[in-house]
Amino acid sequence: MDGGLFSMMKLKKSLLILDVITILLVASAAGLVFFYAPLEAVMGYVQKVFYFHVSSAWVGMLSFIVAAVAGGVYLKNGQRKWDITSYAAVEIGVLFAIIAIITGSIWARPIWNTWWTWDPRLTTTAIMTLVYVAYLMLRQGIDDPEKRARFGAVYVIIGALSVPLTFMSIRIFRTIHPVVINAPNGTSAAFDMAPKMLLTFLFSLFAFSVLFVTLLWHRVELGKAQDELEQKKLLSND
Amino acid sequence: MKNNANPSFIKTMLAVVWKDLTAELRSREVFSAMLIFALLVVLIFNFALELEAGTRASVTSGVLWVTFTFAGTIGLNRSMAQEKDRGCMDGLLMAPVDRSAIYLGKMIGNLFFMVAVEVVVIPLFSVLYNVNLLKPGLLLVVLLGSIGYSGIGTLLATMSVQTRTRDMLLPILLFPVVIPLVVAAVKASAGYLQALPMADIQPWLTLLIVYDVIFLSVAWMVFDYVVEE
Repeated sequence: MDGGLFSMMKLKKSLLILDVITILLVASAAGLVFFYAPLEAVMGYVQKVFYFHVSSAWVGMLSFIVAAVAGGVYLKNGQRKWDITSYAAVEIGVLFAIIAIITGSIWARPIWNTWWTWDPRLTTTAIMTLVYVAYLMLRQGIDDPEKRARFGAVYVIIGALSVPLTFMSIRIFRTIHPVVINAPNGTSAAFDMAPKMLLTFLFSLFAFSVLFVTLLWHRVELGKAQDELEQKKLLSND
Repeated sequence: MKNNANPSFIKTMLAVVWKDLTAELRSREVFSAMLIFALLVVLIFNFALELEAGTRASVTSGVLWVTFTFAGTIGLNRSMAQEKDRGCMDGLLMAPVDRSAIYLGKMIGNLFFMVAVEVVVIPLFSVLYNVNLLKPGLLLVVLLGSIGYSGIGTLLATMSVQTRTRDMLLPILLFPVVIPLVVAAVKASAGYLQALPMADIQPWLTLLIVYDVIFLSVAWMVFDYVVEE
């Protein structure tokens, strides 16, 4: 009992340290974006949304992969913590995918002269978000926690397989979304990133990845507590 | 009572298909509901889009696939709800047989209903709108699309009938993951209808086949997890 409490305290402490680091990282990323990165010559201030936009989209995608892998592991060994991780990753994924869509629209309005276009990346992100939301609705409709975990894992794997195919299916059409990384030379979509921009961009990606880990950790802890509470309620009802 | 406790895979699968077809022949519930629904969708599109000669060519394949996906959802829901309501699913699961055979049996049954609806809708559509849809390439696309759709649909319908929201949930689960299939099917069908060169249609056909192979095998592998009690 004491050992369990002690390890919980220790965990809380390392999580607290990670919280502080995350706050510092995200704050410095914001600082770099506003004060360090140079102003883009053509697009002006609106280009600054790019750093957090790509980082959010990256976290949205990363959480989908984490959710699918955790779901697969859950189906294999049936341990509760993997289901909790999968569920936590999906919740974080919804949030960041929506942030990516909103920040993208803010950029697209002045640059493309439209809030939305049916480009592969935009469409795929929107559909990915819908798959996430469908997953959350599926879980809501099932009372038995064990069945909820199994169905969730199956659906998140199906979703993770279908999203890349969706991207490919729309990719066969033409795209106007800028390809910033690895852009073929001479394409109009590629704009050269100044070294300071690149640094800011990579730092934002890093900060958001750490933010993802922190949020995931918090959410998993919360999920475990929820589980415990559910167990105790069931026991007291019997 | 038969002595054969562990019948072969194919035999089990065919028995499940046979059970579904016999039940359907007696009640005619699923097929008639799907067919009437499909015809109503075509009718609504006729007024919503004014399917006249000029606009028709570009939207025909889209209208066809929306009709098939919507009618397919009705069929999938009914076919699984019947199993659940009458306790058939429990009976099936208690049988000492390979569960993936049950999945394939249900999937072939659902595919059969979908194809049956398409067999009526396609010639009727051709007559109503004076456009020839009976092209071998188009029929191949329809078959490939229906296989993928009922493959993933059978798995997701098995899940959705076991939830509190039931039939409401199936389209929400199914549509976002079936999008690559629908995009490829619409594009390939349009290609055949407009007699585009094969090089333009090929990527879509490949995508259809890839989708069918991936999702049939995955559904087959994970079916066990969605019927476990």
